[in-house]
Amino acid sequence: MAIREDVLVVGGGIAGATAALAAAETGAQVRLLSHKKSTLRQASGLIDVLGAVGDNGTEVEPSGLVADPFEAVERLPNSHPYRVVGAAGIRDGLRVFDEAVGDAYAGTHTDRNALVLTHGGTVKPTARYPESVAPGLASAAEKTLLVGFAGLTDFDAPVAASHLDAAGVPFEVDGATVPFPVEFRDDALTTRLAKALDTDESGARRGLTDAVADHLDGHERVGFPAMLGDDDRREVRAELEDRLGAAVFEIPTGPPSLLGLRLEDLLFDALDEAGVRLSSGNPAVGYEAADGRIESVLVDRRGREVPYAADEFVLATGGLVGKGIDSDRESVSEPVFDCHVPHPEDRYDWSEPAAFGAHEFARFGVVPDGDLRPTDGSGDADFENLRAAGGVLGGADTAREKSAAGVSIATGAYAGRRAGESVTGREAEEATR
Amino acid sequence: MSETPSVLVLGGGSTGCGIARDLAMRGVDVTLVEKGNLTHGTTGRMHGLLHSGGRYAVSDQASAEECIEENRVLRRIASHCVEMTGGLFVQRPEDDDEYFEEKLRGCRECGIPAEVLSAEEAREIEPYLADDIQRAIRVPDGAVDPFRLCVANAADAIDHGARVETHAEVTDVLVEEGEVVGVEVEHASGGGSADGLDSFVHGEPGETSELYADYVVNATGAWAGQIGEMAGVEVAVRPSKGVMTIMNVRQVDTVINRCRPKGDADIVVPHETTCILGTTDEEVEDPEDYPEEGWEVDLMIDTLSELVPILSEARTIRSFWGVRPLYEPPEVGSEDPTDITRDFFLLDHAERDGLPGMASIVGGKLTTYRMMAEDIADHVCETLGVDAACRTAEEPLPGSADFSVLREWMDEFGLRSPVGLRSAERLGSRVDEVLGEWDGPNPTVCECEAVTRAEINDAISQSGTELNAVRIRTRASMGNCQGAFCCHRIANELVPEYDESTAREALDDLYQERWKGERHALWGEQLSQAMLKHHLHATTMNRDGDPAATEGTVDFDAFDAGRAEGPADASTGDRREDAARGVVDGDS
Repeated sequence: MAIREDVLVVGGGIAGATAALAAAETGAQVRLLSHKKSTLRQASGLIDVLGAVGDNGTEVEPSGLVADPFEAVERLPNSHPYRVVGAAGIRDGLRVFDEAVGDAYAGTHTDRNALVLTHGGTVKPTARYPESVAPGLASAAEKTLLVGFAGLTDFDAPVAASHLDAAGVPFEVDGATVPFPVEFRDDALTTRLAKALDTDESGARRGLTDAVADHLDGHERVGFPAMLGDDDRREVRAELEDRLGAAVFEIPTGPPSLLGLRLEDLLFDALDEAGVRLSSGNPAVGYEAADGRIESVLVDRRGREVPYAADEFVLATGGLVGKGIDSDRESVSEPVFDCHVPHPEDRYDWSEPAAFGAHEFARFGVVPDGDLRPTDGSGDADFENLRAAGGVLGGADTAREKSAAGVSIATGAYAGRRAGESVTGREAEEATR
Repeated sequence: MSETPSVLVLGGGSTGCGIARDLAMRGVDVTLVEKGNLTHGTTGRMHGLLHSGGRYAVSDQASAEECIEENRVLRRIASHCVEMTGGLFVQRPEDDDEYFEEKLRGCRECGIPAEVLSAEEAREIEPYLADDIQRAIRVPDGAVDPFRLCVANAADAIDHGARVETHAEVTDVLVEEGEVVGVEVEHASGGGSADGLDSFVHGEPGETSELYADYVVNATGAWAGQIGEMAGVEVAVRPSKGVMTIMNVRQVDTVINRCRPKGDADIVVPHETTCILGTTDEEVEDPEDYPEEGWEVDLMIDTLSELVPILSEARTIRSFWGVRPLYEPPEVGSEDPTDITRDFFLLDHAERDGLPGMASIVGGKLTTYRMMAEDIADHVCETLGVDAACRTAEEPLPGSADFSVLREWMDEFGLRSPVGLRSAERLGSRVDEVLGEWDGPNPTVCECEAVTRAEINDAISQSGTELNAVRIRTRASMGNCQGAFCCHRIANELVPEYDESTAREALDDLYQERWKGERHALWGEQLSQAMLKHHLHATTMNRDGDPAATEGTVDFDAFDAGRAEGPADASTGDRREDAARGVVDGDS
């Protein structure tokens, strides 16, 4: 017998996880299909909701940095997925997220964005941030020391400190490069450093604070690239704070991103707890449909196509990075359901000559209707029971807007809830009949 | 005349650098000026083929003979810039038998070792060749790194007392009493380094200098006509553009040529970690400004897939265009640029135009750059009465002195062996100087191309804050990710010698330069990669909305300042919260 569920979510990233959690809240039986590791390991681990709104095609000026993302939603174009779910949808997405991660994240106390230090040495607006990031917010005027390691080329603390100074942060900031107390290969990854602190390998924690102490000199808080432990991160950070007598925080980094990896763990724990069934390791490659409804999604299991049946489906396979959107020299496509993806005919119109221009490719994705159902070229829903969430949706330039995770959780929650409700609602109808 | 005669060489490509080295080795006082970086023009924009001569064995036998001779010389003097891959001329069913025989005969007439392989034998060497190929001719083609070669020539010229001036554009040729006596240059910012391999940039941006010399050599390639114009003589170069498309891996390990008379898209050159597909041949008006079009890229992929079918499915990482400095004597008058000889010409303006003091060098190709340089240096020395023999064919370039240096790099310099091996291949005999003398941790900065901090810093000491010059010396940021993971790391290496804002500008320049070529490869895997790069730099680092890079200021108080964790500190958090709210309310 085919595997059968109420709701099948395709895609194991942040959008898929949120969709599955929201669907499960309605009482539906949910399965989540994921193929490869999600792109979270490449993401910062921050939940950006909406950090910048610029006029289309122009540079985003600092004045365009958004303090209140809810108010700024109105300034987005009509084709933006936020215009479908509205500020209420964003709030609901954040609620699902907040409940999933609990006190591992901060930012719930206000509607306003926080400014977080980036490993490139600038600041960025974000709505939710890991608790280890919280003591380092740029709005808090505390004398700050950044600490980097000689082998870690991705983060140079003195460079980041001067850059922050040039960005006009309201505090004094200095940078110091110290040797990591345990000797590794010269270019050991942050994940390896984190492990050494977790297990306090060769007294790594004390060694680290001894090395930093020489530079402390009245700094009220000390920022490290995100590598302060993994499993025992709270203990690591508490011990460092205790020894240094200063607040200690982490700065999100590029891949492999420890904060992204931790978020992935948090979300999968929440999915477990919500009773969502997981199938991972195999790609969705097609579907079976009848009468305008999807009946099953076909999963390629070592060359054999296995159908996963459900009543409702959520497509959350990601954008160009996650391969939810594919392209060749002529066209752009959505590979699982072959949904319509609008794009300029000439591939040279997909991008702009300026590296940080308003690239058309950044907005590639399926076009949702008012219920987040992908539509064909003429605005009609492709399938009655297929909704889309996250990066696979078009119309948002999430990199420029600083909205990637926000779009994922808001549309994920919306699509998941609608999917769940339409199953549980129908079941209720059948029971009364 | 007892003073050392002085020569100005215009153009920092392979020819110009080769001439500077040759003359400096003969004891002449040489200054080389280049408007951009070394290799800025044609040299930095070629497919890296070290010709065996096979390509010209039918159409242009004089060039073919020069190629095989210089091919042997470069293997000897520039071993760290050359990879002897070997090459195949492959015949498809629709390609002419007679031409195949002619090619084979031509190679033998020109002294190019050539052997016929059956289709099976050819596929044993290159398994991805198309099923229907007929046969092939094997010749000693190779791959050459034009950047490394050019820089090594410049470095050796400097070692022999030459002065090299990059980012100095010639704005006038100085003619006094009917004789060329020098040039005027305008300096631009190139971020020259204060020490190391001397500074390549000596003037302040916007400043002009007049440089005088006993003789001027115009080695500006496709730009030679413009220099000629400044001197009042006509140099009718015919710039011809060609596209090259870079693949993300080496689909082939030998040079693959199509065995037919001529045509676009007929060569694949394995180059370091990539393959380069080439090319087209189309005359353009302006060597600086010509269209770079998508159909040219498509043509490379579609046509070369006939020889190597997997290319149609493979990932390209960028494309670039170069301009050949073609020249033919005015009386020939070829219509089609592919008919123009690849031979080079020395135009002595005294003899030709009655203007003493200057010669122009036009035509030619990278493989024969040294021979060209020798000819010109002979001419210059004869004119100036210098009696010294050319030594460039015997004396190895810096880095190629002793290529028995491939040792156990892992033990030697604490590097993983593949990284050490790549560095050693790039550095040749300079490996001890660069890696061995590096003090401190030596992490990999560019992972795609396995470039370590020591190499980056060595390149910075040679070229300063111009990260594109660092790039061409090291290959950092030239791999699959096109700088996504390493541009900012490379820029970080500039500090503390330079300040943070200088490093930031250098980063922006490098990032934009990488983007320019990547735009020609934006589909499939590479579009996915480009999106990841965009996310890393725009989202994770917020480089596009960076307050430090823009005029306005951020209202920090309008943003969340966090909330203190413990109840004891709750009041602090509330206070911040209230203060910030006040600002927001006040604004509304």
